[in-house]
Amino acid sequence: MERTLKLTPEHEMLRTTFRKFVDNEIVPNYAQWEKDKIVPREVFKKMGDLGFLCPWAEEKYGGVSTGWAKGNPVPDIIPDMIMMEELGWRSVIGVFSHLHNFMTSPYIDTYGNDEQREKWLPGLVSGEKICAIAMTEPGTGSDLGAVRTKAVRDGDDYIINGSKTFISNGVLADVVIVVCRTGEGYKGLSLIVVERGTSGFERSKPIPKIGLHPQDTATLYFEDCRVPAANLLGQEGDGWGQLMSKLQPERLCGCQLSTAMAERAVQLAVQYSQERQIFGKSLGSFQNTQFVLAECATKAQICRTFTDTMIVNYMNGQDITQEVSMGKYWVCETAIEVASKCLQIFGGYGYCEEYEISRIYDDSRVFTILAGSTEVMKLIVSRGLGVK
Amino acid sequence: MAFGFTYNEDQLALQRTVRKFVENEIVPVRAAYDESEEFPWPEVKKMFDLGLSCMNAPEKYNGMVFGNVGLCMVVEELCRGCLGIGITPLANMLASEPVLYGGTEEQWDYWYPDICEGGKLAAYAVTEPGAGSDVAGVRTTCKKDGDYYIINGTKIFITNGKHANKLTVLASHDTSKGNRGQSFFMVEAGTEGLSYGKSEHKMGMRCSETSEVIFDNVKVHKKYRIGEEGDGFKLAMKAFNSSRPFIASASTGVALGAFEYARDYAKERKAFGKTIGNHQAVAFMLADMAMDIEASQLLWQKAAWLLDENLMAADLSAMSKCYAADAANRVVTDAVQILGGYGFCRDYPVEKMMRDAKILQIFEGTSQIQRVIIGKSVLS
Ligand SMILES: Cc1cc2nc3c(=O)[nH]c(=O)nc-3n(C[C@H](O)[C@H](O)[C@H](O)COP(=O)(O)OP(=O)(O)OC[C@H]3O[C@@H](n4cnc5c(N)ncnc54)[C@H](O)[C@@H]3O)c2cc1C
Ligand SMILES: Cc1cc2nc3c(=O)[nH]c(=O)nc-3n(C[C@H](O)[C@H](O)[C@H](O)COP(=O)(O)OP(=O)(O)OC[C@H]3O[C@@H](n4cnc5c(N)ncnc54)[C@H](O)[C@@H]3O)c2cc1C
Repeated sequence: MERTLKLTPEHEMLRTTFRKFVDNEIVPNYAQWEKDKIVPREVFKKMGDLGFLCPWAEEKYGGVSTGWAKGNPVPDIIPDMIMMEELGWRSVIGVFSHLHNFMTSPYIDTYGNDEQREKWLPGLVSGEKICAIAMTEPGTGSDLGAVRTKAVRDGDDYIINGSKTFISNGVLADVVIVVCRTGEGYKGLSLIVVERGTSGFERSKPIPKIGLHPQDTATLYFEDCRVPAANLLGQEGDGWGQLMSKLQPERLCGCQLSTAMAERAVQLAVQYSQERQIFGKSLGSFQNTQFVLAECATKAQICRTFTDTMIVNYMNGQDITQEVSMGKYWVCETAIEVASKCLQIFGGYGYCEEYEISRIYDDSRVFTILAGSTEVMKLIVSRGLGVK
Repeated sequence: MAFGFTYNEDQLALQRTVRKFVENEIVPVRAAYDESEEFPWPEVKKMFDLGLSCMNAPEKYNGMVFGNVGLCMVVEELCRGCLGIGITPLANMLASEPVLYGGTEEQWDYWYPDICEGGKLAAYAVTEPGAGSDVAGVRTTCKKDGDYYIINGTKIFITNGKHANKLTVLASHDTSKGNRGQSFFMVEAGTEGLSYGKSEHKMGMRCSETSEVIFDNVKVHKKYRIGEEGDGFKLAMKAFNSSRPFIASASTGVALGAFEYARDYAKERKAFGKTIGNHQAVAFMLADMAMDIEASQLLWQKAAWLLDENLMAADLSAMSKCYAADAANRVVTDAVQILGGYGFCRDYPVEKMMRDAKILQIFEGTSQIQRVIIGKSVLS
């Protein structure tokens, strides 16, 4: 089936060079990073050197200006989408460059002023600096409105107190966008950048997880952490609106990664069904195998078509809140189901770490939890339907 | 009374003992074993001290009469704590089944004392690289040589494998005869020609040993052959039929462990101003989990009861194993969901339960193979 998403020759070129990078630099080292529970910084640096970081940034910051830079009404997010696809197709999404590229750094570009952009974007584009966003707290995740980390204005500074947990790239991050409470209610949330090395800012070791092992999820602690008031993105109280608008592309990412994992799982299971002999015939010759694979391939295709359509609509400037919430719920749930069914095709081998399918099973699980759980997505969708 | 769902006092006392043991001895160490992938020898010894080393052994060897219902209760309790640790005595039972059903009194005397009282382990060596679901496709050979058989071949995925003192091994006299040409042999560790290949690194049940076992001209006296030549496949099927309710109860145990944790969490954790259990979506998830568990329990209870009444039914064993394994996988996945981000992380036990649970749909006959059996039975 032809993709709704149209790729230009430049896109294809990026795919080719990025795929080479993944094959040569990521795949051979991935098992080690899984053990280390972190990706070396140099990988980000190399990606920066090759132009794989924040391609949307304006040229003056080192990017290729495909993105949301002011005055660019139609962002080309396809380069980011292609890179996520390639990582997903090789089951190495624990390299969380997409978080840096697509879910965090864009806040600086969209909501930062010129000084802030000049200060942070060049490092983020070159890979010298790594970006994270800290919303979730030990006491609140789904309910973002209940954030308690406090920022109190003190002269030209803010003093931040509180802690954040499950922060992706949390150990590596140099530039952390922290969701802080500066007042009451939803209008009392603000985004403030805290840099590595600021006194009063500490972090935990990577948190061990079911999957996504090389991704350094961490807890961050802020104790009388003093940052310049100039690190506030936009105005005090803008936080909620900023988050709600950027959570749409973040959820789109969830869809894209989950779709790529589902596609890869199907591909691996199809291959295996042709190689494995059972009861004197190929595993693929059993009707159950055929039907399971037919179901999984159908679901992966629906994920693909839906995701591509959202990408196109997003680039056309449409508000995709309703559809991306549907997508985040259904596509991510479906990827988990497909991964499980495809693992089952592998029998005992699927249960062993040596087989890539077991990694897809582990990695796909988190996507119905982070960036808004399935349940929260259903809340948004039902409200969108006018159901009260 | 035609129906009765009450356990008797002995069974309840046993359940209490095992539950306390699991709380005190297994729950505190399960995460560390999962992390280190170390074989849990100290825990195994403690389980054996409780008399759980081989619960389906004839009374004269283990000194306890478990009955299949009581035995499944124990398995459920053990696996409610940790499948990785609980699997070791389960593997002992599976390995012993060909001996139980096909062995002579002398063979029992040879087999059981070590496992029941000697603190030793057993392993059931059937699966091969080319023969998992398809047991008739076993390629390991046993060639007659006077009073001996010479065994050659490779087995994989063998639980307890390299730690086992005795193995029951399925081999073929003549591979062209398929399932009619096979026999089981009892083979002792240390026999010349017996060696071990790699130990698998697995997604779950990580502290359990899963070994490759290699037979290179292993010479076994004919007195260690179980049953007549050609009885092997039948014994393997009988072993599976009687052990599947154990896996069903193990699955129920895993599901219970995850369910209880998620339920307690849902009563504590707050989001949007109330406990998450007060959001209907979470309450309904818990309701579905509870139904799955209840149904799994009823199925293993019936299957185990049939075994106790000597009414072994292949289809019911298969149904209990298949339903409970599939249900356990639904339950653990939802438990992770209810814990949100914490569910995905290792500080909380449900992510391990989710990784452990997947094997339940794979070993002792995949969920597909159970459906093959059930399908044949309903169509016959
Ligand atoms: C690997 C990983 C990476 C992450 N990366 C980041 C990051 O970079 N930055 C960041 O800020 N956060 C990050 N998170 C956190 C993630 O976004 C949260 O875990 C998520 O929002 C859920 O919050 P929680 O874990 O507190 O769950 P809770 O909010 O406690 O939810 C528990 C359960 O209750 C359900 N629930 C909650 N409210 C309702 C309701 N109204 N109706 C029905 N059900 C409900 C939830 O769906 C869930 O099943 C990450 C998490 C993980 C695991
Ligand atoms: C941790 C672990 C512990 C184990 N412990 C032991 C042990 O102690 N002793 C032992 O002997 N073995 C053991 N096994 C092996 C286990 O029993 C096998 O893995 C299992 O029987 C499946 O065989 P397989 O892996 O070769 O898969 P295959 O047989 O190759 O199956 C691959 C896929 O094909 C499907 N399939 C097969 N036949 C059919 C059919 N007719 N119709 C439809 N679908 C079909 C299967 O369901 C599966 O999805 C263990 C395995 C693991 C992973």
